[in-house]
Amino acid sequence: MENNIWEAFGLSKEEYQKIKEILGREPNTVELGMFGVMWSEHCSYKNSKPVLKLFPTKGDRVIQGPGENAGIVDIGDGLAVAMKIESHNHPSAIEPYQGAATGVGGIVRDIFAMGARPIALLDSLRFGDLEDEKVKYLFSGVVAGIAGYGNCIGIPTVGGEVYFNSSYNGNPLVNAMCIGLIEHGKIRKGRAEGVGNPVMVVGASTGRDGIGGASFASEELSEKSEEKRPAVQVGDPFMEKLLLEACMEIFETDYVVGIQDLGAAGLTSALSETASRADSGIEIDVSLVPRREEGMTPYEVMLSESQERMLLIVKKGKEEEVKKIFRKWGLSASVIGFVTDDGMLRVKDNGKIVAEIPAKALAENAPVYYREYRKPQYMDELSFLDLNEIPVPEDMNKVLLKLFSSPNLCSRKWIYRQYDYMVRTDTIVVPGGDASVLRVKGTKKGIAVTTDCNSRYCYLNPFVGGQIAVAEAARNIVATGAKPLAITDGLNFGNPEKPEIFWQFREAVLGISDACEKLGIPVVSGNVSFYNETEGKAIYPTPIIGMVGLIEDIDRVVTHYFKDEGDIVVLIGENKEELGASEYLSVIYGLEKGKVPGIDLNNEKVIQEFLLKCVEGNLIKSCHDVSDGGLAIALAECSFAKNLGIEIDINSDIRQDAILFGESQSRFIITIEPEKLNLLEKLIKTNKIPYSILGKVKGTDIIIRINGVTKINLAVNQIKKIWEGTLECFVG
Amino acid sequence: MNFGVVIFPGSNCDVDCFYVLRDVLKVNVDYIWHEDRDISKYDCIFLPGGFSYGDYLRTGAIARFSPVMDEICEFAEKGKLVIGICNGFQILTEAGLLPGALRRNKTLKFICDNVEIIVENNQTPFTRLYEKGKKISLPIAHGEGNYYVDENTLEELKKNNQIVFKYVEDVNGSTDRVAGVCNKKGNVLGMMPHPERASEKILGNSDGLILFKSILDYLLSR
Repeated sequence: MENNIWEAFGLSKEEYQKIKEILGREPNTVELGMFGVMWSEHCSYKNSKPVLKLFPTKGDRVIQGPGENAGIVDIGDGLAVAMKIESHNHPSAIEPYQGAATGVGGIVRDIFAMGARPIALLDSLRFGDLEDEKVKYLFSGVVAGIAGYGNCIGIPTVGGEVYFNSSYNGNPLVNAMCIGLIEHGKIRKGRAEGVGNPVMVVGASTGRDGIGGASFASEELSEKSEEKRPAVQVGDPFMEKLLLEACMEIFETDYVVGIQDLGAAGLTSALSETASRADSGIEIDVSLVPRREEGMTPYEVMLSESQERMLLIVKKGKEEEVKKIFRKWGLSASVIGFVTDDGMLRVKDNGKIVAEIPAKALAENAPVYYREYRKPQYMDELSFLDLNEIPVPEDMNKVLLKLFSSPNLCSRKWIYRQYDYMVRTDTIVVPGGDASVLRVKGTKKGIAVTTDCNSRYCYLNPFVGGQIAVAEAARNIVATGAKPLAITDGLNFGNPEKPEIFWQFREAVLGISDACEKLGIPVVSGNVSFYNETEGKAIYPTPIIGMVGLIEDIDRVVTHYFKDEGDIVVLIGENKEELGASEYLSVIYGLEKGKVPGIDLNNEKVIQEFLLKCVEGNLIKSCHDVSDGGLAIALAECSFAKNLGIEIDINSDIRQDAILFGESQSRFIITIEPEKLNLLEKLIKTNKIPYSILGKVKGTDIIIRINGVTKINLAVNQIKKIWEGTLECFVG
Repeated sequence: MNFGVVIFPGSNCDVDCFYVLRDVLKVNVDYIWHEDRDISKYDCIFLPGGFSYGDYLRTGAIARFSPVMDEICEFAEKGKLVIGICNGFQILTEAGLLPGALRRNKTLKFICDNVEIIVENNQTPFTRLYEKGKKISLPIAHGEGNYYVDENTLEELKKNNQIVFKYVEDVNGSTDRVAGVCNKKGNVLGMMPHPERASEKILGNSDGLILFKSILDYLLSR
């Protein structure tokens, strides 16, 4: 063998040595390929594991924490929600449509592999500068890919977020999240139990697509990445729909012992993980795996990432019944092997052994790296911002309009109009608000879902950025009247072998963990995507928080927009002079610097709990959280839906641009009927909540006065037109 | 009174139609598998939305060869009620039960939105409880809803009063803004908008429920 054979498989010399020790011999090519993918960062989390342990993962409602295909949380009455987010960044950078489409397909399989019926999808996306032609192509392609796959399988895409920043120019982020609904007793696990039980592969046949995808996802992008186009899988949503329905049908029987999605690292991963979890072994013969191409080698079959496949471990003697159900849906189901008790993953080809590796060595015993970390130099430089050098603009109308015509603050309708967000008729609060809400048919319950992350904050201060990502996601959930239940996190960073990147990663995880502890929201699943770099330049750290919340009475759901003229507009929380890291500074002054807004998580919790009390008491008519773009942006956003204006008076001695566009945390805009104001103020005072009465809903103009001087005076329609048209202007 | 909702491989809105019929209107309803041959017990059959056979080749082009479609053609011939919604409409045009074809939206993009619709014909079993000329709001969700007929056929449709729904504004490029058409006899309706998504107060819109109630009213009045 060549001296550096390991390099071709993405392994280090030390890792190769360790493999030799495990096997007690030189590995063959098939085995090296299997180790290569399973010990990649994508599959093994070898760089992130020690840090991920910091997440709080326990809670009264947690039924399944990290480690399975998806996390599961209890929503009461014997029902539970399965949730998971996953990245498909590298494939999407090379082939946006298929990359995004198969990202959706993969996350959906993770959910129904738990036995849950997928009920909603969300997508958290990041792209580079939207002026750039390549970025436009990636953006349009990714949105079309999500639409193409999600619409076809009949799962509504109800939410997500998209932001543009030049740090993502060569490396977009595509994180897809899926949630599913399940009864407690019906949860399925990815475990190969029961010696002698048949192991089946069901769904699509196996081709040469996606070979080495997991390894590809574990290296930086470069000019050569185009050559990896064959490592991008091709999706067939129709096949997935059939697979989904066939699996849901088979879950009604007791034939299935264990089930696992064939995702990254294909059969190698599914076989070794199911065996490893059950402390068993598996023996298969690759010649029994249905192929879509002739002449495939055992290596190719074991590493193929062909989509729309599942691994089933079924009760012995039930093979024919299982096949019958899959046949009904026009799908193949083939026995490829059986469960053993020797802990080995043994792969044969027409009876001849081609690979023999302890399952645990592949699935659990990848080397763990305790990476070096170091605070990056840019941190101190960028945190300094002298506000005296930034003039307060004279014409705030102009500023407001300019902000709404920037890609980060404009309407997302151009995107979500391409997604079927209504199919299954559960979407009670549609995209465009704070969080989307789905009803649970047959109950009064509603499930609120959102994703959130401000990566500029995370770049300038990953710890606080991590805290804010959690707090802001929770605010989105609370704004609908739902109580946050759990988190799934999509952690997107650069190359972890660089100490500065690893520092960002570690700090962000510490910040997220801190917020999770203080707000009482556990992490139940997640995904790490490293190596998001192009030509050596990393993306902004982007730890995306996917969050699920529960509202017990769907009739109590609150939406973000103003309802009726005459209602009183109240700000919950405080305006502070915080302009650092704001969208305003970025758009108006081209500055991405300054101190990230401060956050007091104890205060955050008090405010969020207070709002939930208001919702429970049926006090408020609308609720919107104040985030990117600040108070003026948030107020305008509440005006658009019903073309209702406002007349607002603010008295304050802080900078006027900070009042209007600063991004101080822990703020909500609520509206209330005038008759209920006394009651609200009483409740506010008992709970010691900072607040101010801003004004009222009135007419069709947005009028904001500061210290008696009119600063903003624009027709709602005029702003709305710009807000709605911006994305289309960029991409058409 | 028995309703049936056909499941083709790739149907998505089967569950939504079923839910409105069983849980909102509390009528008898069954799923009909696309390979079933006996549909004699039904009074009205729904062909639901979705992506039958992945919409591969052409929307509805493969589904129309499903065994159940032979039976549905006969069923329609007998004057029984057939309604195709979205993908169901596409299948009905492919099967020749309705005139015209559905092409890609003129924007070449999938459109999911609430749109305004005018009820053009309230003399069908499906629309008898609507006011003629009334503007209603219904969701659409399609990539191929651009209804096409040639001029002669359009004239004929108008003459026979076969245009049942029209979009208030041009949303997808459809000829004459047609959103739904029926056959000459009026017992087969195809429409791109989704009434089953607008049949409950909690969904913020119940304009679609009137369509379901019209069918019930018609069947009860026979």
